[in-house]
Amino acid sequence: MNGLWNSFSALASDPNLRWIALGCMLLGLSSGMIGCFAYLRRQSLMGDTIAHTALPGICVAFLLSGTKSLPLFMLGAVAAGIVGTLAIRIITARSRIKPDAAMGIVLSSFFGVGIVLLTMIQHSGDGSQSGLDKFLFGQAASMIGSDVQLMAGVSVVLAAACTLLFKEFKLLSFDPAFAKGAGFPVSVLDFILQALFVTAVVAGIQAVGVVLVAALLITPAVSARFWTERLGRMLALSGLFGMVSGLLGAWISSQVSQLPTGPVSVLAAAALFLVSVVFGTKRGLLTARLTRREARRRLLLHAAEAASSASASSSTSAKEAG
Amino acid sequence: MSSSERNEIGLEASPSEQGQGAGARPARRQEGAPPVLEVSGLSSAYRSQAVLREVSFEAPQGELIAIVGPNGAGKSTLIKTILGLNPSLGGSVRAFGRPVAEVRGRIGYVPQRESVDWDFPTHALDVVMMGRYGRLGWFRRPGRKEKAIAMECLRGVGMEAFAERQISQLSGGQQQRIFLARALAQEADLYFMDEPFAGVDAATEKAIVELLRRLRSEGKTVIVVHHDLATVPDYFDSVLLLNVSLQAFGPTAETFTQENLQRTYGGRMAFAAAAASPSAAESGSAAAAPLRAAEPASASAKGAEA
Repeated sequence: MNGLWNSFSALASDPNLRWIALGCMLLGLSSGMIGCFAYLRRQSLMGDTIAHTALPGICVAFLLSGTKSLPLFMLGAVAAGIVGTLAIRIITARSRIKPDAAMGIVLSSFFGVGIVLLTMIQHSGDGSQSGLDKFLFGQAASMIGSDVQLMAGVSVVLAAACTLLFKEFKLLSFDPAFAKGAGFPVSVLDFILQALFVTAVVAGIQAVGVVLVAALLITPAVSARFWTERLGRMLALSGLFGMVSGLLGAWISSQVSQLPTGPVSVLAAAALFLVSVVFGTKRGLLTARLTRREARRRLLLHAAEAASSASASSSTSAKEAG
Repeated sequence: MSSSERNEIGLEASPSEQGQGAGARPARRQEGAPPVLEVSGLSSAYRSQAVLREVSFEAPQGELIAIVGPNGAGKSTLIKTILGLNPSLGGSVRAFGRPVAEVRGRIGYVPQRESVDWDFPTHALDVVMMGRYGRLGWFRRPGRKEKAIAMECLRGVGMEAFAERQISQLSGGQQQRIFLARALAQEADLYFMDEPFAGVDAATEKAIVELLRRLRSEGKTVIVVHHDLATVPDYFDSVLLLNVSLQAFGPTAETFTQENLQRTYGGRMAFAAAAASPSAAESGSAAAAPLRAAEPASASAKGAEA
């Protein structure tokens, strides 16, 4: 126990570790909040698609600049992510292909291009290319101070935007036709939300990687839904789950050598999800079972009362009921 | 908000014209006053298929107006296109003498109940409060005042006891009432309602009709996509018969005639009957189908339409 505490205080005192933990927590907070809207708009798989489409953007940014710079990579990733989302939108609007198929096509073809470019870069013999493949699975522990600050800053902006536009995003998610009828510029709002979503995905790629980053967006949101029937509380809880996941990821990976921070964060989020599925106060399995049992008990009580009142008039029927 | 303003939205007013058929009362037409809604040459298409063709009409103020027509006639499309929710291929729409985009604050909308996910994490009062969002403007959150108005609107549809109820735990009729309360909260002068009577029980239907009459007594105009031909003369002052193009429009007493209904439903129904059973068409019983549709008072008209 003492060792645990020491390791935890090391997390708070070691400046590098502290930054990484703080960055992961803020990333979890903002991803969790934005993820709620994506989940409620049935765009859960969008995060995965955007993350995969971002890879060629990172590679192109490297090929064009020839340097390894996180802000440039993020720009490339955001650009590719937006191109990917637009591609999905155009495919679904102009053809009869459904969104799930469109996402599948865009995800795999963009990711294919990304892997081809990545392989080319790795075989080009350029010394500075090493580390680009880290974007596949992420490497939060190796992030330098300025990278973490960038990620944290972006996360704070995202969380603030979600808070500021809460009312608008809520209406957009629940009833876009009504929102438009009430005079809200629905396509602008939709674009803003998508852009925030792309930014959240890209902010997480460095830490968690292309393959797993979607988990940070969706898992906390789905978990939070088990505990509440209010959107505001759902956002707060989802953000909290995301923060706890980030903290656990940073902490556990700092204790066990060779454990990657991002994937451990994702596992922590998955563990919170399991707890929510079982114990969630609104929709958890345990709650559902208890509610059912209570309903059955009342039904039996009711039947027993009916039987006993019937026995007042006929004693033989009471024996059968008993 | 002053109490006189609240009266304006009709929540405390008593239903004045209950039980009176539209046919019994003269339609209020004010000569010279600009029509509440002016639609001219409105067209819309889904892919290459025309869904609306050159629809033109002028809605007078203070009337309950039904839009009636067979499935796929473009009834919902018409109100969505008027509201600018659907792209139009041509034509113009003016409300209160101005483009719709400029007067959104005076227009209320009740979408089809099925158009939203009722499993959304929110409660009844919160949905009604969404009717105030347009007036709040950007970034501002609804406060005490909006809550009070929303509560008042819930009371107006007899749902105040369900304010804190999660919306997935409401019945279909209750959900419909919530949508109506949300439209009331918009405090509009012109309302569009997309099938508010669909799948509701008799009690809810009665409550909705009372609400419509209350709105009318306040001088509001309500345009309703309606499915049940049998109740049209009872509920509505004017009727718009639609089948891709406008078939007829005017006061119910003059417009809701056998001839007009036959024109609106006739061809489609003869075709449907012939396609469903060729032998029946040959033997001539298909010819009886359009006649059934032309009897608005009979309950069978509703079934025949489907």
